[in-house]
Amino acid sequence: MTSDPNNSQDIRLGHADRGFVGKITRLDALVTGSSLSPQELEQRLVEMGFVEGARVEILHEGTIRRDPIAVRVDSTTIALRRSEAMAVIVE
Amino acid sequence: MTTASLRLALVGAPNTGKTSLFNRLTGSTQKVANYPGVTVERKSGSFVTPEGRSVTVLDLPGTYSLRGRSPDEEITRDIVLGRFKGEAVPDLVLCVADATNLRLTLRLVLELKQIGRPMLLVLNMIDIARRRGVTIDLERLSQELGLPVTTAVAVRKGGVDDLLKRTDELMARVQEAQAASQWTAPTIADLKAAQREADRIIAASVTLPAKPDTLTNRIDAVVLHPVWGLAILALILFVMFQAVFSWAQPAMELLSDSFSALGQWIHDVLPEGWGLLQSFLQNGVISGVGSVIVFLPQIIIIFLFILLLEDFGYMARAAFLMDRIMGGAGLHGRAFIPLLSSFACAIPGIMSTRVIDNPRDRLTTILIAPLMTCSARIPVYTLIISAFVPATKVWGWINLQGLVMFGLYAAGITSALTVSAVAKFFLWRDHAPAPFMLELPDYKVPRLRSIAIGIFNRAKAFLYRAGTTILSMMVLIWFLASFPTAPAGAEGPAINYSFAAMIGHALEPLLRPIGFNWQIAVALIPGMAAREVAVAALGTVYSIEGGKEAADAIGQVLAQKWTLATALSLLVWYIFAPQCASTLAVIRRETGSAKWMVVTFVYMLALAYVASFLTFNLAQALGIH
Repeated sequence: MTSDPNNSQDIRLGHADRGFVGKITRLDALVTGSSLSPQELEQRLVEMGFVEGARVEILHEGTIRRDPIAVRVDSTTIALRRSEAMAVIVE
Repeated sequence: MTTASLRLALVGAPNTGKTSLFNRLTGSTQKVANYPGVTVERKSGSFVTPEGRSVTVLDLPGTYSLRGRSPDEEITRDIVLGRFKGEAVPDLVLCVADATNLRLTLRLVLELKQIGRPMLLVLNMIDIARRRGVTIDLERLSQELGLPVTTAVAVRKGGVDDLLKRTDELMARVQEAQAASQWTAPTIADLKAAQREADRIIAASVTLPAKPDTLTNRIDAVVLHPVWGLAILALILFVMFQAVFSWAQPAMELLSDSFSALGQWIHDVLPEGWGLLQSFLQNGVISGVGSVIVFLPQIIIIFLFILLLEDFGYMARAAFLMDRIMGGAGLHGRAFIPLLSSFACAIPGIMSTRVIDNPRDRLTTILIAPLMTCSARIPVYTLIISAFVPATKVWGWINLQGLVMFGLYAAGITSALTVSAVAKFFLWRDHAPAPFMLELPDYKVPRLRSIAIGIFNRAKAFLYRAGTTILSMMVLIWFLASFPTAPAGAEGPAINYSFAAMIGHALEPLLRPIGFNWQIAVALIPGMAAREVAVAALGTVYSIEGGKEAADAIGQVLAQKWTLATALSLLVWYIFAPQCASTLAVIRRETGSAKWMVVTFVYMLALAYVASFLTFNLAQALGIH
């Protein structure tokens, strides 16, 4: 289960529930509901600290459709929408 | 001065306490201006080091990288790279990091290292980090980064002593420490590699406590709760507006009494026969400017709340809570902060829309920002409410006047959201929602000094405006209302023969359907310079007409001369009307074209006319006179 991109244990952070704790395995910005280009989205996620190996935890959810989410990424907390969080693959 | 002072630039990610460090270093020497050609705020100041070097400090806009995604971030990049025209390259780059959260800043530090400028890393808020049990091996960190590292507690006196000492040491060697910039825009792979390197350095030099601090999490569990969070946000806004109305009252009465006493003193001191000068000073200058300065306490209270919430770390939470709700109206969560600032004044609000990097989201926010109830409307609302709404209590504790005020604010917000939804539907139907990505900083206890400096700067700007634009408008309206003088033996008040009356009468047929008389028409004209001038103008128009007792209580006069329907119509007019030339000018500057300025003016004017027409006629139909 180390580097197989089609690993069945892979979850998209955008689908995870509050309380989810995991580790980022990779970023895949090709199929998300985001309005950003895949490259731009990936770049922004990396700038906010979403890199492979980082520990993530979903701390809070918004009122409407449980969106956006507040994610603890290692030592920082980032608020983002689920559509962008779809690019973050976690296990 | 023969030796030029050394130039220091503050760079850092958002939420690192960069501004409080800037405040600590420069204190009252701060100057706020704009960079040439763009509307990004340029904050500079100066200080003298212990060894007597004079240093000028530039506080650069916060950024996570040098990529330059927004106009603000481009400024930061261009200045540190020495590419910005008219701005010298800094001698020393002071990179500010939050000691409790080094992760994102260290990546920026690694990127900044490539520009080859002498650099010093400052671990700010080291006191909070230590209290939480975070230990940082400064020597190791400095070694790993290849940079000098120091610590600071920006909010405490003496908290920057070591920083000043290190600045002296580095400045002494500044000339030899130059290297050519090797910076190129990083690729995603570069960014990831830099983040991994930053994480490795943190692992090597920072020891985290066994039990991490959970206070922020515990507060957030309530404050970001899907139900309680929204209730708390609503409560905060409600308290804020009740406070603006009731806390400011004693100070406002004191100011107002002082100005009328001053006017009376001038009146008594000037000899007989100086009637014109007497009238100019008392009715034009003192009562004009005085009636605007009276609102300083309310402006201070609004900014006190905004700055407190910002320092505490709540603003980002408010954006989180509001993102989806505002998203329903086609707005970005980040638009919440500019829109909230617009409650104080649409001008800083519109200028702060620069935090929204999607141009269409930004434009929508700019278009609706003037609908937020700015502080300049407060004088008008206050005057009419206190004249027409009784100061009774509802349910024993809610001030009815405050409740009406709250209703006016609510009407502004509702109409802004509606306009945004309509704009989204008609202007950019094909537009997918822009991303929302925001760091939620740890909560911090707000520091009085920082807030005091912030309030002081804003109060100064307001008073400056009262002293210049508003004073000259007041002199103009006094002139229009006083000349030409009434012919000898004329009947009725002198103002009926003035230019003001001519203009007012000319506009009256247009405004009669919405219940405005010619006096209101006269007051609306100078009100274009700034909304609050309308109050002073009404005062001038009525006091010149009715003598000095009228000037003492404009409200009482209005209550006698206007019907309730007219008063309601004017309140509604003020929710929508584009009565502020400076806002329109800022929209033009920020959008880079006159087109959106005209669009804003026309849509707001149309809304105001229609809404006032409906209000006036409905009120009359219901028999409210």
